[in-house]
Amino acid sequence: MTIELLSANHASALAATLAGRANRSARGFGGGVYPITPQSECIEMLCKQSIEKGAVVRVESEHSAMGVCIGMALGGARSFTASSSNGLAYMAENVFAAAFYRLPIVMMAVNRTLGPPWNIWVDHGDTLMLRDAGWIQFYCEDNQEVADTTLLAYRLAEHAQVLLPTMVCQDAFVLSHTMMPTDLPSQVEVDRFLPVLELPHAVKNTAVTVGGLDFPHETEVHRREHHEAMLRVPEVYAEVQDVFTRHFGRRPADRVVPYQMDDAEVVLVSMGTTASTVRVVVDAARARGIKAGALRVRMFRPFPEDLLHTWLRGRARVAVLDRDICPGLGGILWSELRGVKPDGIVQNYMLGLGGGDIRPQHLEAVLADLLERDEASEPMIMEVA
Amino acid sequence: MMNPDPVLCGQVNTSAESGEPLLRAGNTNCGGCGMSVGLNLLNRAIGQRRVQMVIPACCGIVTAGSYPFSAYGVPVVASTFASAAAVATGLAQVAALNGDPTRVIAWAGDGGTYDIGLATLSAAAERNEDILYICYDNEIYGNTGGQRSSATPVGATTTTTPAGKELEKKDIVGIMAAHRIPYCATVSLAHADDAQRKMQHALDTRGFRFLHILAPCPTGWKSEPAEGIELVRLAIRSGLFAVYEVFDGDRRVINVEPELSRAALEQYFELQGRFRKNAVDLDAVQQTVARNWKGLRARAAEA
Repeated sequence: MTIELLSANHASALAATLAGRANRSARGFGGGVYPITPQSECIEMLCKQSIEKGAVVRVESEHSAMGVCIGMALGGARSFTASSSNGLAYMAENVFAAAFYRLPIVMMAVNRTLGPPWNIWVDHGDTLMLRDAGWIQFYCEDNQEVADTTLLAYRLAEHAQVLLPTMVCQDAFVLSHTMMPTDLPSQVEVDRFLPVLELPHAVKNTAVTVGGLDFPHETEVHRREHHEAMLRVPEVYAEVQDVFTRHFGRRPADRVVPYQMDDAEVVLVSMGTTASTVRVVVDAARARGIKAGALRVRMFRPFPEDLLHTWLRGRARVAVLDRDICPGLGGILWSELRGVKPDGIVQNYMLGLGGGDIRPQHLEAVLADLLERDEASEPMIMEVA
Repeated sequence: MMNPDPVLCGQVNTSAESGEPLLRAGNTNCGGCGMSVGLNLLNRAIGQRRVQMVIPACCGIVTAGSYPFSAYGVPVVASTFASAAAVATGLAQVAALNGDPTRVIAWAGDGGTYDIGLATLSAAAERNEDILYICYDNEIYGNTGGQRSSATPVGATTTTTPAGKELEKKDIVGIMAAHRIPYCATVSLAHADDAQRKMQHALDTRGFRFLHILAPCPTGWKSEPAEGIELVRLAIRSGLFAVYEVFDGDRRVINVEPELSRAALEQYFELQGRFRKNAVDLDAVQQTVARNWKGLRARAAEA
């Protein structure tokens, strides 16, 4: 292993390269790539790599980038692409198609505000728009997590009990363009960790039609199988965590990451890099005698209802921090978390929309508001600018 | 090498069709479907070659019937509407990485080619992907009930041009030739030997190849199912459909000389209910045909 200073864009491109090379004794590796700020450095880095039995195709749109990934995956190859924001919106049709074909494609997504008006800063609304696309979704907090999750995503996605595409999400600029010491394993280590891809439904010489017509009953069956595969993800992910730990000596974080939760009465729930600031605020609150704790939702799909239910049982006050908005409803994380039926007061705060810098003082204000409440109100937008 | 067996528009089984047919019995196509004739010709051209096909959302994929059955005798990927050339790129790239002899064919209608898939198609051509892209052009969105596309000719009534289309159809072969791809040709369903030669040449050439087939659609053209091949003949005799090929975007060869006959033109319009009686200005159509042929001959002479 070598520790390098890498941006999350570069970390993800290099991890994908390692995973791609690891499939050289099978059908190889590739993908279609198309630039968009703040993801472009990822595909630029990928285009610089020399990948044995690999082909990176420079296409004319995100829609075709995923189209090429679909063709490559159906041809039996390991596949990767990256996108962001409006690029994901443009790609959306083929994002759904990739999941319906049950292809273990891995996509790195840099979370960026959807436009117009154009805004290149972080917001989770772009990948959350695709929450029902049938992909596994991870939201990362640092560059090491981006690299590790990209690698383990292949092991999870390609598992015979899963066969689902996987999105590795990371915050625009906060991670994508920030250099952090990142530990990348060697090719030999990755070769040992990742078995070659043997896609059971790869298109070979048999006269089958993949993705043809379904009548309602066939669609019911296909959706049920898709749903059941998604429900198997937590168990397979736990196995992958163990295998990853054995191979690389560090354990990938759980689907929900707890902080100071043992005796917490007040809990801040967030995703992505907001969680780093949350920890600072939790520590400060504890120094003042407030029993604060935090949960970070690392895996958003499948939604970790079981873990959230366990972690939130008996807590008096819960703040759900959304860096996204469903206009007319509120935060998307909050709206999903309501299904867990936590005890206590559950208040939704949408903050840092469009990339506004979420600082400790903003989270202190959230905490103060939460502690004063007798009951929850409508979701609140907290302006941080 | 031409096959010595009689071809008869690919409709007759000969030794070349002894294996699994490309388009099996029980497919859902309408009687007289020009696309079916095209698939049968392609079947014969493929012969013993290994192929994989990509067919976007169009009549070509409805043809297959519903899961888990398929009317296709070869592996087929049903892609999203605009993605045939992108998905075919992926399959062809993986075949190349692994040294597979498989030839990848994209089979798409005019909507998926002239309209929604044009950017994807253009990009794959620019990259010179090792794909044979075949457009079966029935001059409408057939699968959705017969709306106009940018391949619909002047004067044709469709469900979205009830008074007849006022705009000319795109010159798709000109567009593709401008990409300087290795091979690009139009294919006549009424000239099976010429079609066989072109399909086989296109299957064996490396890089991006494009074939354009005028595919009569009795349902959309409101014509007699039995008259499809005759309509293609009339389109050629009148000069409406030019049968030619373009090598490397440069050398143009005219394969069938048109008569440029007014009688053929009149008959072509009369035999189709989509052209309302006396609603089409045939003089203007003839002028357009003359202009197109002048341009084609000039370019053919240059090379």
